[in-house]
Amino acid sequence: MNIKRAFRVWQRHFTVYTKLYRTSIVLNFVEPVLYLVAFGIGLGAFVKDIEGVPYIKYIAPGIIASSSMFAATYECTYGTYVRMTFQKTFDAILATPINIEDLVAGELLWGSTKSVFYGIIIIVAISFFKMVDSMYVIFLIPVLFISGLIFAEISMICTAIVPGIDSFNYFYTLFMTPMFLFSGIFFPLKTLPPIISKIAFWTPLYHLTNICRACVTGKSNVIIVDILWLLAAATILAPISYVLLKKRVIK
Amino acid sequence: MVIIKARKLTKYFGQICAVDNVDFDIEKGVCFGFLGPNGAGKTTIMRMFYCIVAPTAGHIEIMGMDIKRHASKIKSKIGVMPQDNNLDLELSAFKNLIVYGRYFEIPYKISKRLAYDLLDYVGLTEKAHENIRNLSGGMQRALLLARAIINSPEILILDEPTTGLDPHSRHNVWHKLKDLKEKDTTLILTTHYMEEAEKLCDKVAIMDRGKIIIIDTPKHLMETYGGNLEDVYLKLTGKKLKGEENNNNNEY
Repeated sequence: MNIKRAFRVWQRHFTVYTKLYRTSIVLNFVEPVLYLVAFGIGLGAFVKDIEGVPYIKYIAPGIIASSSMFAATYECTYGTYVRMTFQKTFDAILATPINIEDLVAGELLWGSTKSVFYGIIIIVAISFFKMVDSMYVIFLIPVLFISGLIFAEISMICTAIVPGIDSFNYFYTLFMTPMFLFSGIFFPLKTLPPIISKIAFWTPLYHLTNICRACVTGKSNVIIVDILWLLAAATILAPISYVLLKKRVIK
Repeated sequence: MVIIKARKLTKYFGQICAVDNVDFDIEKGVCFGFLGPNGAGKTTIMRMFYCIVAPTAGHIEIMGMDIKRHASKIKSKIGVMPQDNNLDLELSAFKNLIVYGRYFEIPYKISKRLAYDLLDYVGLTEKAHENIRNLSGGMQRALLLARAIINSPEILILDEPTTGLDPHSRHNVWHKLKDLKEKDTTLILTTHYMEEAEKLCDKVAIMDRGKIIIIDTPKHLMETYGGNLEDVYLKLTGKKLKGEENNNNNEY
């Protein structure tokens, strides 16, 4: 892989994104805010404090995690799939000095860039409402990049194996939604049977939520395990996503 | 000088044999045409040149380099005008060229000038900053051609460059291709238009079901077998060359 060539792919996506950001930014931004308002304020009125904080403040760090997660997954499922098939962008790019490994790296980097970007938007938004207690929140930026890479890699694997664009429904319904609901964003997992926590431990969102909560509240929860988990997952998934996508694109 | 050399080139897609043990040499500076109906294996060979399709067996050398080992370097010296429109639909004609120039590491200052020159060359100056969705089919093909030569390629690969174009746009493309050939660019094209092959090609490879049946100059083929290239094809394969006209842009 040649990082300069991967950057050219990233740059192409960035150029296109600057043309479209008005529509996509609103869509990506509105959804997490809706969750915050509906659950935090609406449901929150009936929920007692969790771990000593009001409900809206409890879920806010998790919304950073989920917003950044969905940014990378939408990009590297629907976005990548459309470029690979309908728009034939991959064909255009691969006819230039860019090779498939550069292309995959560029796609993944772009997915994680969007992850960081949409995470930061939520951080800024919740800071306005004084829901950020610690300057440690700044450490989230590199963390969001690593987790963004993981979500991009998982999505890329999915993109490489789906028979058609409709099949992403399975990915979202059977994998993304359960992960979103059972990763400690909306309630502590210890209230559920232990098996749920055990399963959650094997999902990236659970660890990202832990880190987000620790950095936003500034409470010194032990998050080293979570960081190591994310680093390991990002490293392990990278070659898998590359091999599978290569198999799909290079006939 | 031989610029592309293929030996025992074979490609299977699952059980289907798309290219069946073919050999050919392409000389520098010529216009070489692959003729045959849809499904003859033309596009598969083209796509092997720029490494999107990997040969099942055999090998290709381009400019003396093995495509498996020097893909990026080879691709920096070739231009590709694909069969399907794969422009960046969200961007203007100008931006399409700039983005493409970046893949070849052309600095912005140079690619900006190049982009305007190329748009002028293909007659799209007035459309430079227009969204390409507003461009006609012929204009989009012209832009694809401009994009394919932004790196001043030594070899230009044209996969059915004029399919789906009206006669006027088709003549425009032919005119540009002749011009490029005069500048010593090697042209490799696939087509199922006889007139196109007769007008442009110095040499043609006649293909049927993955095999190359004969490689010769159109003139010599017509003298030997009589009639035009269409008749030659019919005599050699027992089939009509021009299959069903298909519009590849509607594949999805």
